[in-house]
Amino acid sequence: MDLISSLALGFSVALDPINILYCFIGVLLGTLVGVLPGIGPTATIAMLLPITFSLNAETALIMLAGIYYGAQYGGSTTAILINLPGESSAAVTAIDGYQMARQGRAGPALAAAAIGSFFAGSVATLLLAFFAPPLARAALNFGAPEYFSLIVLGLLVSIALAHGSILKALGMIVLGLLLGMVGQDIYTGTPRFTFGVRELFGGLNFVAVAVGVFGVAEILRNLENEKEREVGVTVVKNLWLTRDDVKRVIAPILRGTVLGSVLGVLPGGGHILSAFASYSAEKRLSKTPEQFGHGAIEGVAGPESANNAAAQTSFIPLMTLGIPAHPVMALMIGAFILQGITPGPNVINEQPALFWGIIASMWVGNLLLVILNLPLVGLWVKMLSIPYRVLFPAIVLFACIGTFSINQNIYDIYAIAFFGILGYLLIRFGCEPAPLLLGFVLGPLLEEHLRRAMIISRGDPMIFLHRPISATLLGLALLAVIIAVLPSIRKKRTEVFVEDD
Amino acid sequence: MALNASRNDLASGAIFVALGGYFALEALRYEFGTPFRMGPGFMPVVLGGILVALGVAVAAKGMGKPDAEAPAPWPWRGILLVLGTILFFAATIRGLGFVPVVLISGLATALSSSRNSLLSALVISVGLCVLCMLIFVVGLGLLVPWIGPWLRF
Repeated sequence: MDLISSLALGFSVALDPINILYCFIGVLLGTLVGVLPGIGPTATIAMLLPITFSLNAETALIMLAGIYYGAQYGGSTTAILINLPGESSAAVTAIDGYQMARQGRAGPALAAAAIGSFFAGSVATLLLAFFAPPLARAALNFGAPEYFSLIVLGLLVSIALAHGSILKALGMIVLGLLLGMVGQDIYTGTPRFTFGVRELFGGLNFVAVAVGVFGVAEILRNLENEKEREVGVTVVKNLWLTRDDVKRVIAPILRGTVLGSVLGVLPGGGHILSAFASYSAEKRLSKTPEQFGHGAIEGVAGPESANNAAAQTSFIPLMTLGIPAHPVMALMIGAFILQGITPGPNVINEQPALFWGIIASMWVGNLLLVILNLPLVGLWVKMLSIPYRVLFPAIVLFACIGTFSINQNIYDIYAIAFFGILGYLLIRFGCEPAPLLLGFVLGPLLEEHLRRAMIISRGDPMIFLHRPISATLLGLALLAVIIAVLPSIRKKRTEVFVEDD
Repeated sequence: MALNASRNDLASGAIFVALGGYFALEALRYEFGTPFRMGPGFMPVVLGGILVALGVAVAAKGMGKPDAEAPAPWPWRGILLVLGTILFFAATIRGLGFVPVVLISGLATALSSSRNSLLSALVISVGLCVLCMLIFVVGLGLLVPWIGPWLRF
């Protein structure tokens, strides 16, 4: 069938020695930033975007994708060993993983997480390969009204999944949309909000905004209360699962994979939600729910499988529609654009080598991750003892130099400082930064499609309701908001996100 | 000062109102257009208005509900040094060149942590300078003078 020849093409790209090397670098870096709390994949990918400019498109995207799913693996190591989620989606893993580590079972906990992640990642990648092509074909029929509705859906779902106040999340999205409008108007060329600065005519630099809001703001946040991390477990031995463990983890891994694959497609942070959903499902289905919270291996295997599956399937909306499911995917869009490729349904036909190469590289990357994570766990434990006071000057400098190297534009660096302080203030006052970045990326698209749709309909907004696909998407968006506002769900959301970040 | 409202909600509401207001007012100077042919001012005016409304709503919601936790101390030293470093970097990278700017920036950011002594900050900044030079200038061929025109005689 087509799929087989497509995958063969993909593997011929992914198994190219250069691409394997960069895939390895990607997953290694991803694991590294996943392990280290205080720096996540979003900031890392933002900083590395400029570097990838000199690589060719396949290699660059394979590496960036590797950073993202690599961070999901790394985050679990930190969660298990020091009860601190290195990456937000690993928060759930910390609950039982850390308890296992305290009981001297850190080895089996890490092994269960790695095996679950590997299995889930491989299966979810297969799903991606299966479902992306038909979805992309369907998306080719999308006109401006459908795209507009789809973007609205994406933005609103991201609120439902963000934690904290819904009003604030909405505000952050709108602020992001507005920031996305800085620069020349696409239809008339009028410069907007540029203060007459020529360098701003092309719009705010995406990397500068991302690095400011996620990198610098996070550093300022950490400088509020400086405390050193404590590494409770310094030696990890006995990575093998016992026969009993194996029996206990199989079902949670399978269920976690299914849950994660489905929820990962949702915009706005499906990997966090899926980890939680898997945890509560396992707890409910377990014959011994009282063990949860006291070192149940199911509570590690399930959520870890779920968040890795979600990490892979969140590429589906990106690769087929050009719509990012969350900030990291928004950065991937930036990477595509930097390479001169417009992400969307056309990529699969115009750049088959790129499309299938990325998918195939995910298997390669997942395999590399298992090799990296289990035997090298001692190395990661050592990494955890690097003090933050050494780490953050490096982050600040890399951010400045990296951003400067894209366009040699010093206004981009001023923008980092501006968004650093703005992001810090907003985070301090309880606003989530992720919706802002999503709004920023989708703002120009939203405006373009809205204006085009209104021209098509001669100024009649009913066009969004008359076209069936568009109406359905808007209906789903409304549903997402209603669900988010309902009191019972609200309560659950607070529970989900207590330990977040 | 006893304040019977959430400081966080009032402050974030105020930020939303201020930024939304700026975008909307500035956009009023651009052509608004009609729904059929929207001008460059249409979206920003509408979205700016929405943001102002959301800001007011956020602030109103915080009334009568003081924050449960006392606010964390402001990291003044960090804010000053980290942001100052970034601005310094932008202002001088062309003039002073890569090596001096990275050395000074590294030193200043390292000092923003109260846990770094002058000595450890110096070690960090020299180490970072070598690392950045290897990665960006040697490895990636970033075109920037090592020592800038301001320091040449």
